[in-house]
Amino acid sequence: MTVTTSSEPSIVRMQKLNKHFGSLHVLNDIDLEITPGEVVVIIGASGSGKSTLIRCINGLEEFQSGTLTVDGNTLKPDGKSSKALQTIRTEVGMVFQQFNLFPHLSVIDNITLAPMKVRGWSRSDAVATAKRLLDRVGIADQADKYPSQLSGGQQQRVALARALAMEPRLMLFDEPTSALDPEMIGEVLDAMRELAKEGMTMVIVTHEMGFAREVADRIIFIHKGEIAEQGTPEEFFSAPKNDHTRSFLARVLKH
Amino acid sequence: MDFDFQFDWSAAFASIPYLLPGIPWTLLISFGGLAFGFFIGIFFGLLRISPIRWLRWLAVCYIEIFRGTPILVQVLFIFYGLPQLLGSPINALVAGIAAIAVNSGAYISEIVRGGVQSIERGQREASLSLGLSRVQAFRYVIWPQAFRRMIPPLGNQGIISIKDTSLFSVIGVGELVRQGQIYIATTFTALEVYFMVALMYLAITWTLSILLRQLERRGIAGQ
Ligand SMILES: Nc1ncnc2c1ncn2[C@@H]1O[C@H](COP(=O)(O)OP(=O)(O)OP(=O)(O)O)[C@@H](O)[C@H]1O
Ligand SMILES: [Mg+2]
Repeated sequence: MTVTTSSEPSIVRMQKLNKHFGSLHVLNDIDLEITPGEVVVIIGASGSGKSTLIRCINGLEEFQSGTLTVDGNTLKPDGKSSKALQTIRTEVGMVFQQFNLFPHLSVIDNITLAPMKVRGWSRSDAVATAKRLLDRVGIADQADKYPSQLSGGQQQRVALARALAMEPRLMLFDEPTSALDPEMIGEVLDAMRELAKEGMTMVIVTHEMGFAREVADRIIFIHKGEIAEQGTPEEFFSAPKNDHTRSFLARVLKH
Repeated sequence: MDFDFQFDWSAAFASIPYLLPGIPWTLLISFGGLAFGFFIGIFFGLLRISPIRWLRWLAVCYIEIFRGTPILVQVLFIFYGLPQLLGSPINALVAGIAAIAVNSGAYISEIVRGGVQSIERGQREASLSLGLSRVQAFRYVIWPQAFRRMIPPLGNQGIISIKDTSLFSVIGVGELVRQGQIYIATTFTALEVYFMVALMYLAITWTLSILLRQLERRGIAGQ
């Protein structure tokens, strides 16, 4: 069922991962392997644990038991591995629902900050990379503006360029289009589609089912903190096996 | 209507040369104290939101003590009380600056805490997700934004501290009120002189307000 194509080692390997918020058991024995170049879309009802799952991958959330290895760096439970965490975060990019651009910095400075401070690039190298990325996401002319002067779709494309500037090995997306006006969703999905074509490994939480069906190599359905079902888009959308999957799809595909 | 006491403008103007020497003292005490208070405030404000519990507790103690006692008592304690402990007298100017520093420091701690906590969690998460360390995230992302939000309340605190220095006439430091009192002791023109003293405070605080408003306008321009 899983798209296991190569002998290449997994870029993400989660084994028996458990996450609690106090007494709330949010992730329950999650096993997940992602191979380089794979595009994985995670779907599920609100509160099922989608965000928590991908936020564990770059250590924005700690977990209580299990193991997690990202690009060869192993994170231990309860956040006791700061060195590995730092490495993982430089190699894993993330795009958030609310963009989270730095409002006090211009677009170009938003993008160059991390490459300069974390990777130690010179300003001219970082600016050159930033301009190339802005061009790629179609907003080369907005470099000197501030985030508040941009539309939501433009802001999210800046956020994508900002993450890509670190030359990540893996990109995480947490509902990247959910805060956008409908007419701006397309431009962000287009940029993500491009990225997928270029072979970026991507883990995407989204409610855009059409997009999921089109770009995903694998779809994972989360129900109450467990992986209830996973498979290729064809398998998943045309012949869902799990009852929860069926009722979820019936609900979201209705409109 | 008939007043049995006339406001004598010539007496008011005559007092100006005697009051003016008080202004540098008022400014020195308030801005000297505020400069130290700013660093004290950053220090305890950050302790106040530290993940380590006893550090937070330390900051709470400091803030509660210096916000919860009158600044007049604080300056009397420093000027008359501490020398008994140290065995040597404390200069009145130093005592005044120290009182403003510890007092404004307590309020500024809360301003710093509020400013930093007002920055959305997503800013820190985005910084960390880019590989910035916690210190870098604070320095390049959180603090610059928090500081902009802190400017208006800091200005407010500055104005309060400037006015607080008027209480320090009790320790004999030659600030504005003290100069006025000395002058009135020989001329008995309290109405005119205190009126002029008030005007001079207004001139100082108004100037500060205008400067701050300009700073705010420029500070917000980048958001
Ligand atoms: N910081 C937190 N503290 C306590 N509980 C939390 C926290 N974050 C999330 N939760 C809870 O954990 C569960 C999973 O949350 P999560 O955000 O992962 O869901 P989600 O699948 O992303 O939902 P949505 O589609 O609404 O974004 C929810 O019940 C949520 O209330
Ligand atoms: Mg979510």
